[in-house]
This record gives sequence, structure tokens and C-alpha cells, in this order.
Amino acid sequence: MKISPEEVAKIARLARLDLDQDKVELFAGQLGDILAYMDKLGELDTEAVEPLYSPVRHTTVLRRDEVGKDYRREEVLANAPEQDGQFFIVPRIV
Amino acid sequence: MSELYTNTLSEVAAKLRSGEVKAVEAVRACLDRIEATEPKVRALITVTGEEALKRAEAMDAQGPDASMPLWGVPIILKDLLTTKGVKTTCGSKILEDFVPFYDATAVTRLHEAGAVIVGKANMDEFAMGSSTENSAFFQTGNPWDVTRVPGGSSGGSGAAVAAGQCFAALGTDTGGSIRLPASFCGTVGLKPTYGRISRFGLIAYGSSLDQIGPMTRSVEDAARVLQVLAGHDPKDSTSVDVEVPDYLAALGREDLSGVTVGLPEEYWGEGLDAEVEAACRAAVARMEELGAKTVPVKLSLTDYAIATYYIIAMAEASSNLSRFDGVRFGYRDKDAEELIDMYTRSRTKGFGDEVQRRIITGTYVLSSGYYDAYYNKAAKVRRLLREDFEKAFTQCDLIAGPVCPTTAFKAGEKMDPLQMYLVDIFTISLNLAGLPGMSLPVGLGRDSGMPVGLQFMGPAFCEADMLSIAECLERSLGRMSMPEL
Repeated sequence: MKISPEEVAKIARLARLDLDQDKVELFAGQLGDILAYMDKLGELDTEAVEPLYSPVRHTTVLRRDEVGKDYRREEVLANAPEQDGQFFIVPRIV
Repeated sequence: MSELYTNTLSEVAAKLRSGEVKAVEAVRACLDRIEATEPKVRALITVTGEEALKRAEAMDAQGPDASMPLWGVPIILKDLLTTKGVKTTCGSKILEDFVPFYDATAVTRLHEAGAVIVGKANMDEFAMGSSTENSAFFQTGNPWDVTRVPGGSSGGSGAAVAAGQCFAALGTDTGGSIRLPASFCGTVGLKPTYGRISRFGLIAYGSSLDQIGPMTRSVEDAARVLQVLAGHDPKDSTSVDVEVPDYLAALGREDLSGVTVGLPEEYWGEGLDAEVEAACRAAVARMEELGAKTVPVKLSLTDYAIATYYIIAMAEASSNLSRFDGVRFGYRDKDAEELIDMYTRSRTKGFGDEVQRRIITGTYVLSSGYYDAYYNKAAKVRRLLREDFEKAFTQCDLIAGPVCPTTAFKAGEKMDPLQMYLVDIFTISLNLAGLPGMSLPVGLGRDSGMPVGLQFMGPAFCEADMLSIAECLERSLGRMSMPEL
């Protein structure tokens, strides 16, 4: 599986990463090797196999609908790069 | 008289309980050892000496509490378990200044059992790596030879236990990240069944694979820590509500009669270093002398495990790590003028190379057009891999094999990412299947002089049996010595 530097740059953008040209080239080569290695799964016939996404069966766990307060707002905001005591602040969106 | 830090957790816990050793003395012994060994080993990102001494003093004022199984015992945590009020970096620049406002459930349980946290251990950034060389901060040396790696990703935890900086450490294991450093550093390392221990407060890498577990200097120690950690937690819906057995009561069996050990030919063949094979075979021969029967078993999909694992792990990582966006916590690039740009700049500067590589690969295998060919295909092979184990366990009680084809390699030796992924060949299938496993030190390699770990793998929730078999073998072989530092 070959992957072009342009494809790597595009995928990186989707993942909100901005790679410089050197790194795009480096990653393209490495990703090509990694994907080529992953392609070996194609040797296996899995037509009739159900995918397994987790080792445990996920069930919806319900709890009582009770009002509780686990954390204080100041605690939750304390790690924010920018906040005003009430909200997380971000740069302009539009 | 031997130094206190050379005691096992079980020994020091008994002395603390009887009052022979004060909590402050136990903590000081570890802090002194940290001071003496850190310049060489560099296992710790944070030392919480002051808080630990304060807590120990308060505990001593109250006196030993027999209801707390780890009363006064100093313990170190991998730095991806959240600790209230104590920096939790995940080995990453993006969380360099992150101070959580809550404890991970595993940490809460340790506190409730009376343990004292003395530090937080170095690791591969976001647990992505097999040598701890991917830490954003510094490299950790293997206490047996500091020019070699301690394994990863819980390399700081393994090195800290081997160096005597604590009596137990917690690690996490997504594809071997407890068992590999345990093997490389000569400690016991247990990866419990998926769901056995709550993952609440564990900064996620691969959510369907991650599991917390103890790293210790004896099997009994691992049993004591597991006892404290195991059990359902309402804060983690994947933690299972299965009864927690008495792990300590299971220990002390006389021999291994009645035990059938499966030896997968895929784990004992080509590619295995001669010194690792020799040490592991000698340990299996000892199990036979102790009465165990061995049978060949097949894990015929082993060759496909690495590809399957990395597709799933990277896909889950790319999703999990999208939470690091510079809004609520972590690094933010202050120069960005609009939101998307702020996300991109913060993530690009905050994440290291291996993390970026995995996010990009994960994004690729989940992207439209490739989802079926990669992610879904891997999820199907994952089921086949689990069925492989289920078949094998109809023929044996436990599977034994090496943890890794080699002993600890030199720092800087494996620069190519794919080459590094191949180190995990014997450990990752177990995470895909969600089953328990452990590394037991069985000797030193005759060529490298570095520790060799024998791996046990078992059916779901067999930890009590696995620990009792390992403890019987450990008693016969003798516990691993500690390295000269």
C-alpha cells in the first residue's frame, strides 16, 4: 500500500494536525510500510465472521435519576487555558 | 541488616501492621532510594515526597489499621492515572501542566487501602511505545543496565519497582505495556482480565484494550494489590460485576500436579533469541518437575496479531485523543486567531511524533473508503484471535511462552516505528481477546545478563489460579534478585 504525501497531509488536516513538508514525506514512507504490513489481513477469509469491537458485552447501564453534584465549577474550569469563572473561552469561531 | 527498600510489599506491609516499621520510615526509605537512584534510572516524572511524608505522619499518629491491607505502603503510579491535585502528564507536552481535580478509581482504592503515593512514573507518551523512549520529557534507564531501555510503555513503573523506589507500582497494559517492562526489568507484572479493574481516571489510549495492573517484586505482592483494585465501579460501565475471589487464599499450593500448561508453537519457534528460549524452557521444565503436564497448543493467527492490534489501537487512539483540543485542559497555542486554527496548532505542538503518527494512521483506517478494509476487517480478525484462545483453553489451563523474543535492547537501537511494533508480537493477542496475563521473572539471559520474563496467559477471570501457579513456580525458582545500582 503506497500512500502519497498529499494523502498524508489531507488525513493530517482531518485529524487537526499541521505537518511540515519534511514530516509529511517521512510519515508517507512510514505509513506506507505500516499499511503494507497491515494488508496481510487480506489473506484471511472473514466473510462469515462477526466483528468483535470489545471483549465485554456493552449493555446500557441505568442509574437512578437523582440530582447530584460531584465537582465544583471552579475545579472543572481550573485547567482551562482561558476561562472567565463561568465559561471556557475560545478564539472566534466565525 | 538488609535495607528496608529491598523488602517485598508483603514483608513491609507485615512490619507496618505490627508497628515494627512506621509509615514515615517506609516512605523515607523509598524517598532516600529515589534520591540515590534517580540520577541514573530517571524513572519518575513527579516525586510527591512532601505530601507522602505528611500523610505517613498523620497515619502514624493514628497507628496501624488492620482493616487497611496496604497501610503505610509506598506505591508509585504510572503518570496517566489521574491524581487529585497532583500533576498528571501522560508523558506528553500537551498535558505538561495538567492537574486533575479527581482521582482515578484505582488511586482511590489504593488510598482507601492505606497506600501512600510517593511518585508518578515516566512512560511513552500516551502509552504509545515499547521502550519509554517516546516520553516527551526524558529517557528512563533499565536499572540492570542503564544504557538499555526498561521496556514500555510502563517503563518508569517497571524501573521504579526494580530499583527499589517503591514496593509496588501501577502500570497499564494496552498491548503489553505492563508485561514487557516487567520482563525487561525483572519484576512481576500482571495484566488482569479486561473489565476486572475500573478504568475511570485512566487517560485512554485504546479503550477496548486498556487495563490497569500491578508491577511488583513478588507474585504475592501482585495478589495483594490486585485484591485492592479489583471490582465493579459505577463510574466505568465496562468494569464487570463479577465476584472478586480471595487472591491471597489461592496462593501457597504445594506443587503443580493437575495443571496442564499449553505451549503455543508460534511462541517457541523462529525469531526467539536463544538466551530467552533457554531461560523460559528451563522454567517450563521446572513446572514439569513440580507436576505440571505440558501440551502443544496452536495460536495459529499469531502472525496476524500485530496488524490487527495496531489498526484497532490506532483507530481508538485517534478518536480518544480528539479530546485534546486546547479548550478545557492541556496546552493551547496562544497565537491562533480562530477556533479550528487553535485546535490544529495546539495539537501539532503538543503531541510528539509517535502520537501524531498513530493519530494519522488511526484516522486513515477509519476514513470512509478504508473503514471496511482496515478497521472492520481487523475487528473480524479480532474475533478469530479470541476463538483461537478459546480453542487452546479446551486443552490446557494456562498458556506459557516468552513475553518478548529478546531481553531489553539498547536505547536508540530501534528507530523505525514498524520495527518497534514487532517487539509486541507475543503480548498483544491477549489484549485483543481481553484475557489476563502476567510476566514472571525466571532468570537472567546467559548472553546479555538481562532479566527474562515468562508469560502466562489464561481464560477470563482466572487471575487466582494464574497467580497461584506463578507463586508455586516462583517459590521453586527463587525470587528475582535486585540489580546493583
